[in-house]
Order: sequence, then C-alpha cells, then structure tokens
Amino acid sequence: MRNRVNDFALKLANVNGTGSASANGLLMQAIFRMGIPVSGKNLFPSNIQGLPTWYEIRVNKLGYTARSLDYDLMVAMNSQTYARDIQEVREGGYLLYDSSWPLDPALLRDGVHFLGVPFAQLCNDNFRDPRERILMKNIAYAGTLVAALQVDMEIVAALLEEKYAGKKKLSESNTRALRLGYDYARDHFDCPLPFHLEKMNANSDKILIDGNTAIALGCVYAGATVAAWYPITPSTSAMDAFKVFCEKYRKDPETGRNNYIIIQAEDELAAIGMVIGAAWNGARAFTSTAGPGISLMNELLGLAYYAEIPAVIIDVERVGPSTGMPTRTQQGDLLECAYASHGDTKHILLFPSNPAECFDFAPVAFDLAERFQTPVFLMSDLDIGMNDWVVPRLRWNDGYQPDRGRVLSLEDIENLPKFQRYTGEDENQVAPRTLPGVHPKGSFFTRGSGHNKFGGYTEIPDEYREVMDRLLKKHKAAAKFVPAPIIQHRPDATFGVVTLGGCDPAVREALDVLAERGAVGDFMRVRGFPFDDAVEAFLAEHEICFVIEQNRDAQLRSLLTLETDVPKDKLRSILVYGGFPLSARHVVDGVMEEFGLQHKPEFAAAGRPAGEVPMEE
Amino acid sequence: MPSIVKPVATHPSFQRNQLGLTIRDYEGTMSTLCAGCGHDSITAAITRAFWEVATPPHMIAKLSGIGCSSKTPAYFVNGAHGLNSAHGRMPPIATGANAANREIVYIGISGDGDSLSIGLGHLCHAIRRNVRMVYVIENNGVYGLTKGQFSASADVGSKSKRGDPNRMAPIDSVMLGLSIGATFIARSFSGDKEQLVPILKAAISHRGFALVDVISPCVTFNDHEGSTKSYLYTRQHELKATETDFVPPASEILAQIGQNGAVNVTMHDGSMVRFKGVPPNYDPTDRGKVMEYLEEHQGKGEVVTGLLYLDESFPDLHEMNKTTEIALTKVPYRKLCPGAAALDRLQEDFR
Repeated sequence: MRNRVNDFALKLANVNGTGSASANGLLMQAIFRMGIPVSGKNLFPSNIQGLPTWYEIRVNKLGYTARSLDYDLMVAMNSQTYARDIQEVREGGYLLYDSSWPLDPALLRDGVHFLGVPFAQLCNDNFRDPRERILMKNIAYAGTLVAALQVDMEIVAALLEEKYAGKKKLSESNTRALRLGYDYARDHFDCPLPFHLEKMNANSDKILIDGNTAIALGCVYAGATVAAWYPITPSTSAMDAFKVFCEKYRKDPETGRNNYIIIQAEDELAAIGMVIGAAWNGARAFTSTAGPGISLMNELLGLAYYAEIPAVIIDVERVGPSTGMPTRTQQGDLLECAYASHGDTKHILLFPSNPAECFDFAPVAFDLAERFQTPVFLMSDLDIGMNDWVVPRLRWNDGYQPDRGRVLSLEDIENLPKFQRYTGEDENQVAPRTLPGVHPKGSFFTRGSGHNKFGGYTEIPDEYREVMDRLLKKHKAAAKFVPAPIIQHRPDATFGVVTLGGCDPAVREALDVLAERGAVGDFMRVRGFPFDDAVEAFLAEHEICFVIEQNRDAQLRSLLTLETDVPKDKLRSILVYGGFPLSARHVVDGVMEEFGLQHKPEFAAAGRPAGEVPMEE
Repeated sequence: MPSIVKPVATHPSFQRNQLGLTIRDYEGTMSTLCAGCGHDSITAAITRAFWEVATPPHMIAKLSGIGCSSKTPAYFVNGAHGLNSAHGRMPPIATGANAANREIVYIGISGDGDSLSIGLGHLCHAIRRNVRMVYVIENNGVYGLTKGQFSASADVGSKSKRGDPNRMAPIDSVMLGLSIGATFIARSFSGDKEQLVPILKAAISHRGFALVDVISPCVTFNDHEGSTKSYLYTRQHELKATETDFVPPASEILAQIGQNGAVNVTMHDGSMVRFKGVPPNYDPTDRGKVMEYLEEHQGKGEVVTGLLYLDESFPDLHEMNKTTEIALTKVPYRKLCPGAAALDRLQEDFR
C-alpha cells in the first residue's frame, strides 16, 4: 500500500439547509492552516432547504487546486443522491456513509471501500434537541474526516474555539460531536487512510477569501462612496461585504456619520440609474449584479456610454439564459457586457481570475471609468465570487491616488472663455467634464439624445458621426490601460491556449499535464477588453490557439474574432458550460481530442504519472 | 432640443434678488414646444420661483426623463447642470445624484407618461426614500411626442382627439403619493402662476420629496371638447383647496402669520408655509382628512388644487442613512481609504 500525502480530492454530498456548510468550511480552513494548498468548491442549489448540495475539497502539494473530477473519498450524507454519488468515486476510492440504517445492497459497488459510521445514531444518543441532532451530524462527520485524513486536531479545536467564542454551549456541543466522529473512526478504521494530510508551509503568505468579499474590499479602498444594487444571486454577498467593511471603516471619526451610502434599489434599472446619477455628480459609484441585472441595465448603460458618464458594474456571472441556474457558474455575459445597450456601444471589461485580482482590479475599474468617462465592467463569476480561494495576501500601496480623470476645477472653469462639453479631447479622446455645483459657466445639458461635440442637440449626420467616431477611438485607446494579459511561453510550444477569469488554475494545470504528454502549448489569460497589442501578437504567433471558456457560444472566441485580426479558423474552442467550475481534465481531453492523440484511459492530475492507479493495497 | 439662445438684454430696471441676479439669469434656452403649451407656463413659474428663492444657479441640478415635459429643463436656469436621461428613469438618477451631493437643489421634470407608466415604479420608490427634490409632473393626460395616445392619468370617459373614450381608471399621482408616504403633495394648474410659484418655493424648501402635479393642457392633442385635461375643463372644474404663502426664513411677515384660522407649517430650513382659505374640514397635515376631502371632491369631477399635504417631520434619504452632512463628493480620499496597515490587520481574519 502506497501512501499519498497531500494529493487527493474529496466530495461531500449533503442536503442543503442542514448546516453542512459550516462543517465543510471548517475542514477546508483547517487544511489551509496546515499550510497545504487547498481549494473548496461549493456546488449548491437555488434553494433554502432540502435540495442536494455538494462541497468539493482538493488538496495538492504542488499547488494544483482547480476542481478535480476524481474523488478519492465521497462523504455521502444525502440519500437522494446516493446512487449517483457512489458512481463518482474513483476506482479504489472510499465512501463514507451514515450506517445508522443499512445501505441498500443495490448501491454497493466493487472497487470502492465503504466506511460506515452511524452518525444519526451517535447524535441521537448524545444530543436531545431535534435541530441539534441534525446539525451535529455534520460536525460528527467532520470529526471522522479529521481522523481519516489526519487533519491537525489542535487546529480544528482552535477554529471551533474562535468560531464559538463566547457561546459556551455551542462550543461544547460542537467539540463533543467532533469527538464522536473522530473516536468512532479511530476505533473502527485503519486511520489515517492511504491518502492523507501532512503539515506543509505553503500558506504563510496566503489568505483564504472569496471574490465577493475581496471585490467589496477593493471598492472600499478605491474610495467608492455610493453603492446601489438590487439583490441577486450570486452577487448579493458582495454588497453585504461592502456594508460590513463600510460600517467598520467609513464611520467618520469626527462626526460619527457615514462616509458612504448604500441604496437597495427597486430593480436593476434603478440601480444603474443611481450609479450614473452619483457619478455624474462626481462620486465613485458602483453596482453589483449578475446577468439578469445586466439585461435590465442595458438601457441606461447606453446613456452612460453616449453621454460619457463613469460607472462601475460588478457582474458576478451565473448560468443563463433567462433565470438559468442562479447558483451555478458560467462566463456567459461576455458579449452582453462588451456591447451592452442598443445602437453602437462598446464597453471596457476587466477579467479577474481569483479574489486577489478582484481586489486589485476594483480600483483599476474606478480609475478607468473616470479616466475614460464610461462604464467599466468587473467580470467575476459565481466560482470566483462565492467560493473561498487560497490567494496571496492582498497588498495595498498607500501612495495610490484615485485617477479622477479630466474634471475641471473652479479655477479651470473660470479661466475658460466658454465650456463646451465634448471638445478639447486629449490623446485618449477624452474631453474634460464639469461637475454640478461648481460654477455656472461649467453648466451644460447632459443628454442621451443625439448631440454634437458642443453637447448641443443635433440631428445632423456629420455632427452626430463626429461624436460617435471619437467614442470608438476612445474605446480603442483604453486597450493600453486595461490590465495586460498574462502570457507564459514554453520552449518548443506548438500551440497556444487563450483563456480568461476563473479558468486560470485548471488551464495552467492542463498545460503541465499536456506538456508531460508531449503536447506543449503556450498560455495566455486575457485580463481586459478592449484587447491590447500583446493579445494580438500572441494570436499571430501561434498557428492554432485553443480558446477555453465557460459558455456555450464561445463568446471570448467571438470577441477575439470581432476585435482582432486573427483568422477565425485558427481559434479552436473548448467549452465547458454545465454550471460547475472548470477542471483540468476538460482541457486536457479537449486538446487531446483535437490533436487526435491517443487518449489515455486514466486522467492523471498534474504531478502524478498518467495511469497511476492511486489505491494499491 | 435645439439650443436656441435668447438675446442677452437686461434692462436696468429689472429687479434683482438677494444674489443680485435678475430673472434673466434664471432663464434657459428658447422653448421648442407648441405655442400655448401649458409646459411653458410651468417653465416660467419655475424660473420665477428659483429667482425669488435666490438659489445660486449652479447649485441647481435639473433632471428629466423623455417626453415633451422632459425637454423643458433646457428652458430654465442656464447656469445649472441638466441631465436629460431615459424614459421614466429620472427618479433613480436623481436619487443617485442626491446621494452623492446633498448640497445641490434638485428639480426633476417629468410627465404623466414618464412618471405614471414607464417610470411609475421608480417614482414610487423615490417617494418612499423621501429623496430631497422638487418633482414636477407636467400632467396632460396624453402622450404628446408620439402624437396623442392616452396616458395613465387620463380620466375615465375622457375623449381622445379622434373621439375615442378612455375606459381605464386613471392613476392619480396625488392619491398615489398619499398612499405611499409622500411628504409634500401639491396639485396646480399651469394657467395659474399665482398659485404655482409659492407652491414651488415651498417645494424647494421642503426637506424631502416634493411632488408637484401640474395640470398642463396639451394644446395639440388634448385641448378639445370631451377632454378632462383641457384649459376649459380645468378652469371650469378647478377647486382651490388651499392658498399657499411661502414665507422665507427670518422674514418680516413671520410675526403676522397664525391669524385668521390659517394653518402654518414651519419648514426644516426655518421658512414657513402658510395655508390660507383652508376649508373647515381640511387639514393639510392630516393625511386621512386630505384623502377624505379629495375622494369627496374628485368624485364630483372637481380638480382639487393647492398644496394639499405636507409633513416636515419625516427623515429624508440622507437622514435615514445617517450620511455625513457634507456632500459625499467632498469627503477627502484619505478618509475613505483605510490604508495598508488596516488591510494587514484585517487579513488576520482571512486565515
């Protein structure tokens, strides 16, 4: 029997609304504190109580923490999904189930080890309150996993203590439940299992954070003062976090009053309207939403684009079209956001790949919105936004000053013979603006109707076109200012891979696996739209580029085809859009298939030889 | 909205307000609406009101949606910023503007299509938030710019220009406002500047959302016989429930009010609204009584006008949110950014 340390995946199948999330989060956090690279993916339903929900944990000492599809251990706590969950365990893997009731023999599977722990029985014997009996089952299975996987018990105990500080009874119950599962495992199984954990030191400069929290923090640091939103999954927690941070950091120490305002709007049409009104007045304002919200915002996004008013829109993408699957992830809003609104419009998009970039890109989004006087979309998604990621500690440069763009001061206006809104553009085609309340000479009539460069109403073709042509040039000029793509070349690469956002870890892992198999590819992750020259150059230097993204219609590929000179047939799509985060296997399989390479039966995660049967006993 | 510039000619005899400005300083570009349009009279009343209150022009922001009414912010106070937005969306844009800078006086100009159909939801929620602004509905019962369709304020039985009667019940902004907590509700008539100017002045001083619905006949599409929003119909059926005097803060008149059974309401800024000629069963500060009165008289086909309801005690958007007392746009960045040291401390929670 060969031990496998710090390299395995487990999946926990639960019923939502039963309190499993805190047990699963506890395990994930404990592994993080053990210094081991880890990821946790919450695959949850659009429901409050009763439907199936899963949590996946992958640990990998080499740092490959994209979603795994190979589960060494399944914690099957949901009888509704038993049959399917059992099928997902890899050959030679383990399944942990509640043995308070006999397992249907029809569900047994050869080649899988069944570990039964009578969780319900243990909790019924030890707890009296009916709700507690249910809740504590989760902590009990966490206890079993602590024993089976060799999670550091001291760390788990410390986490429980922090979590229930000041709640003595809860703390005692949790500790007792943890011990029940732990002791049962130690008494009945050969602990630890062949795959298990050992402390490392990979996380000393890392944090555990979700993208929505990070993006909200970024907005606080960027100096946003006005936030308007309408509740929508999966972006709601971003505004919740913004509120928490504002309560902490934005109460004026001198007056005790709030240096921010958060308005829950009546709908997304209003939310973007509030952002536009506030930005027109000179505030840094933003909204957070998801695809359905963007659909509603389309009308006023056109106003902001045409009248040249800054706006920051956080889009935490979910599965569309229509209501789609609100709690599942996708990158399906790329085209919608790039060209939002009727008529000729083009917007600036930023594509963070993880929570750290969510934080970093938030001030960039505000800077660009004000520099270019236009809407900027910060494109996150449910996987980035709602899952906890291990990322480098966030850094802040105290020398940062917001780029407020070209705004005329009182003195500037006084010295002007006459203010004409869309004249005097700089090299980036941006004309200076004035704010209300400064000087009567700076006043003008902002309008979404046809206007000439002086800001006056027009229906004259040449005057209309002059403004529209400048707007197009202005959009192009923004390419130099959006975050540059991340490019990694490998010697002897024969193809390129282009991706964006949260696909990053899976694609990088896949490229390592492919390289081991002799298919060597270069990597590019685009981080902004409009595309800059480096994107164009990468596409030009490869004969074939795979474009990997999470939507059906190859929206990034479409955008590249429309907005660069790349020939369409050079770009091959690998599309994963079922709603769960991307895995390296999807990418490896897609590339292998395209090249007609021999398809190996067993996918191996990077760093592990292909074809290795993980469980040899 | 062509910007037709009016000739600059200020006669030395023109009166000057406290800021030394003449009424010409509160005018805008030339109107392009139809000759005789009620909206132009409202524009004149707004111009007058701002001049009399002596608001610095650059401290006014004019916002509108889409429609004939929404063109009019171009026609008053040239020295103020204007924002002509999208159909029905002016209330949220004004809300955001106000959220960012509470020091500016906001006036939104809307119509019955803009406010009572496409933007009805937004209007309701701006009222609920008590966003401090003057909100004028130039109400003519008809869509002018698209040539004569009924709007949601058309009365049952009112006839279109082609003779078709409207069969659906109207949305009455006054009753709507009363039912959802509006703190300042007035109805007036574009043909009655004497009534409208003091109402607008009071609206400017009001600490919250001031809803001013002005019957404003459309001379092109809704001024015919059978219309209930025509000049003739309004003149024949108008019932003035209240007469309003607006008394600025620290004015000499202050000592004289409170006599002859008048109702006085002190505004947040120390000014006062004096209701004269109030009927015995009417109290403009009692929502229930106002509703009862309106039900009774509107049921008889009367158009009840005046400053109908006023509540100065309700907090506005900023008071509800405990926002800093200066404009948020004036808070320096150093107060907004917690800095690197705070970030380091915070991240201990993310371990």
